[in-house]
Amino acid sequence: MLLTVVDYGVGNLRSIAKSIEKANFDNNLNYLVKVSSDVNDVKKSDKIVLPGQGSFKACKKGIDNIKGLQQELNESIIVKKKPIYGICAGMQLFATTGHEEEKTKGLNWIPGEVIKLDVTSSKLKIPHMGWNELKVENNSKVFEDGMNNNHAYFIHSYEFIPENKKAISITTNYGKDVIAAVSLGNIFGSQFHPEKSQSTGLKILTNFLKI
Amino acid sequence: MLKNRIIPCLDVKNGRVVKGINFVDLKDAGDPVEQASIYDKGGADEICFLDITASNENRNTIIDVVNKTAEKCFVPLTVGGGIRTIENIRDLLLAGADKVSINTAAVKDINFIKEAAQKFGTQCMVVAVDAKKVSDGKWEIFTHGGREKTGIDAVEFSKKAEAYGAGEILLTSIDKDGTKTGYDLELLNIITNSISVPVIASGGAGNLEHLYDAIKTGGASAVLAASIFHYGEFTIKETKEYLKSKNVPVRL
Repeated sequence: MLLTVVDYGVGNLRSIAKSIEKANFDNNLNYLVKVSSDVNDVKKSDKIVLPGQGSFKACKKGIDNIKGLQQELNESIIVKKKPIYGICAGMQLFATTGHEEEKTKGLNWIPGEVIKLDVTSSKLKIPHMGWNELKVENNSKVFEDGMNNNHAYFIHSYEFIPENKKAISITTNYGKDVIAAVSLGNIFGSQFHPEKSQSTGLKILTNFLKI
Repeated sequence: MLKNRIIPCLDVKNGRVVKGINFVDLKDAGDPVEQASIYDKGGADEICFLDITASNENRNTIIDVVNKTAEKCFVPLTVGGGIRTIENIRDLLLAGADKVSINTAAVKDINFIKEAAQKFGTQCMVVAVDAKKVSDGKWEIFTHGGREKTGIDAVEFSKKAEAYGAGEILLTSIDKDGTKTGYDLELLNIITNSISVPVIASGGAGNLEHLYDAIKTGGASAVLAASIFHYGEFTIKETKEYLKSKNVPVRL
């Protein structure tokens, strides 16, 4: 089985690959984890992980810079229904539109908007950075009820708001309920970093591998 | 609720820990990877390496350390010390660091932060502010381990660092560093009230009450400490249990 971590020039790919390899090894699964920017690897993959760091606009530009990548992602995810996991800005890219820096079109797999985290009503710091508790709203194959009150590592200033509230798997409290994870069919993603969230993160990655 | 973070910091020189952990179960007290791994398992919220390697030839050793740490630790890793170029940052992030802490290069030219933040995102840019009290209510930035005066006001510099793309400020009081008499709460307070990005308190931790004060009185989002953890005076777990008993939100 092949899992490709898509290298489109952003993100700490080594940490992500290493954490997936650990989940794979600890559970006696047989994935080959490949970090690659080659569209053919995406095509051959059984599962895909889409990392993301920096602004929505910069991430989308990174995808656009690789010829044929967006088409292959659409083919893999929408037509072939391969499971995908988006991390941080990688998850935000699932949206219809991003509003960071300037209005930018996303992949539109989970209709919705990515907007600035609005906590102006309180004295909270932006970015929302550090460990926060998870509240499971709708469980899915990856995000399960047992993760209630577990901690995960967040670092973000923007939030993905999906139109379909059933797509919201997990929220976390930061002045208000902030969307922490989404699931829609074969599409999964989290605002927090599973690769930096110790046992909770490894459990999430294990669940994703086991789908 | 967002938790306050406890960050143990390891000083690394030529790939070896200088102030080592004094734990009995350590195979190699000088191995930063092994020590980081112990902190990871012990519940540290992040781990920080400060590379104090003197020569440029040995710069690659820290890359190797980060590389190996990324295989074992699944909490955020910050690396600071001697970072001068975009290439230095790229190398560390590719090796598995999550954040880099920039000091002298930011003081010399704040545009470096802007350039780096645009390339790698503000989330990985920590600006290290080393401040020393020069008169009542006034702190100045010092570089080169507190030896060189810059004449730059610490509060103004912190505001500027935020505006140029710092995602976080690592604030060290040069007066307090190594004294074990507590963080400079007055300095912490003035900085945390002047900027909106998180501030990590550093320099002066001698007991658990000091950590509590930095968070409660100083307004720090995170506390960084070295010796109180290294010499086994307190474990991360004891630290967090203490803070929790005083109603500080921590991840346990």
